[in-house]
Amino acid sequence: MSVGKIFKFHNDLDTDQIIASQYLLLPNIEEMKVHTFESLDPDFPKKAKPGDYVVGGENFGCGSSREQAPSVLKALGIQAVVAKSFARIFYRNAINIGLPVIVCKDLPDAVQTGDEMELSLTDGVAVANGVTYSCTKLPEYMQNILSQGGLIASLNKED
Amino acid sequence: MGMTIAEKIIALAAGVPEVKAGDIHTVNLDRMMSNDGTTHLTVDMYHNKLKHPHIADPKKMVFIVDHNVPSDSPKTAASQKKMRDFAREHNIDFWEGKGVCHQIMMENYVRPGELIFGADSHTCTYGALGAFGTGVGCTDLLYGMVTGTSWVLVPETVKFNLVGKLPEGVYPRDLMLTIIGEIGANGVNYQVMEFTGEGTKTLSVNDRMVLCNLAVEAGAKTAIFQADEIALEYLRERGREPKAVFESDPDAVYAREYTFDLSKIQPVAARPDFVDDVVPAKEVCGVRIDEAFLGSCNNGRIDDLRVGAKILKGHKVSDHVRFLVVPASQEVYLQAMKEGLIEIFMESGAIVMNPNCSVCWGSCQGVIGENEVLISTGTRNFKGRAGHPSSKVYLGSSATVTASAIKGEICTADQL
Repeated sequence: MSVGKIFKFHNDLDTDQIIASQYLLLPNIEEMKVHTFESLDPDFPKKAKPGDYVVGGENFGCGSSREQAPSVLKALGIQAVVAKSFARIFYRNAINIGLPVIVCKDLPDAVQTGDEMELSLTDGVAVANGVTYSCTKLPEYMQNILSQGGLIASLNKED
Repeated sequence: MGMTIAEKIIALAAGVPEVKAGDIHTVNLDRMMSNDGTTHLTVDMYHNKLKHPHIADPKKMVFIVDHNVPSDSPKTAASQKKMRDFAREHNIDFWEGKGVCHQIMMENYVRPGELIFGADSHTCTYGALGAFGTGVGCTDLLYGMVTGTSWVLVPETVKFNLVGKLPEGVYPRDLMLTIIGEIGANGVNYQVMEFTGEGTKTLSVNDRMVLCNLAVEAGAKTAIFQADEIALEYLRERGREPKAVFESDPDAVYAREYTFDLSKIQPVAARPDFVDDVVPAKEVCGVRIDEAFLGSCNNGRIDDLRVGAKILKGHKVSDHVRFLVVPASQEVYLQAMKEGLIEIFMESGAIVMNPNCSVCWGSCQGVIGENEVLISTGTRNFKGRAGHPSSKVYLGSSATVTASAIKGEICTADQL
């Protein structure tokens, strides 16, 4: 993956912060994405550029099962989410829609918003500020879903 | 090697004799539920993304409009119409305005031994009847709808041994918030909470729903009780039969074990903005509130309304508080009417709303404004969960919420 800028968030970041309830029934993700992280940083959708990364702490994406949460990140061009740990529904949703998510225990505490990083999913390593961090590779089953472009893309390949 | 209840349900759904934690299996889903929080997106994907649009078995599907009821804007109305039209076209069971999705599911569908996916994180509620219910997103729901199957990573199980009986004036909600406060919001991430022990015999199915419902707030994939005689009686009253009644084997493997003595539990509150920031309710007494909410899939059942009405009778809601009372379903609402509870609420100045998710999900009705404070029996107190990002949500039991509505500031029922 290419070099991108980091946007860092706190532990137990819940999906209400990624996209608030009042926007979930808007007609589509395009209309929702301009409200991404509105409660924490209303300018986030303007500042985030395709290829940037979101970095979280423990339990990233906890709370509501709203798939809109990984979907708005993907729609804004976020390349991957790196965290110390993920809440399970967000993790599964992200893989299902083809947004790479990877657990990296040491990187989150060592980086700040604005730092640059580069990630290799296949090697399971991230490089930020000249330091290489090892990440936990995805299980093969989930890697397969991701590499096919998500769960629906994989379903469409079956006949 | 022995299996836990959750492992046995997955093995049955996968058609294999045995599963163990960490395995990935393809399972047949017994049922799938989707609500208006995401179904419009599922329907769009069904029409626009699938090469071969198809529903494996419409009888396994349930669509429930419960989040923004009645709709609050033309855009919401359009999203709900998309869902309604799709359900009618494909003969999918469709409910609208009849209650919060998990309450509808428990009253009408869930059976012990079933594996159920719901496009809502609180689908873990169904463990109160010995079913494996878990929350998924709309892509998982769509895949399940098309194939009738899904993939499951078998989770580890954590045992919660309950002993004793809750004291008078202390409720299952106090117990579950206490547990979450102790183990943390990440305490059982990707694990199953299995509630067991003699203390479970003191808990009705409604009580068990309170515990299972909040399991996701500790990160759990689901929570489960053995379907004992209490659960089977609930089922019989509603004319349903179990799919399978399982108990965990004596040599089943647990990741960890905890014991909670119910007799030691006290009224607690979760402080903003985290469900696991739990303190004795007395510690937050005196915080001035603007709104109080009695309802939700966690705490909007008849038991909770009875607790609230008993405390409220003969009192008035504080003149600076909006007290929203939202029965979890029409069945609950009608029962509350028969018992005279609705009259008590209304005469005391409460606002009794139609069954729906209401302010628990922070859209549609009861949303709070800048810097306002809500005390709630809802599921979550995240930043901005009930409205403006600067507003604050405290979580407490139906008794604490009602007492606070009367006093105009957080207080416990025994302080009135």
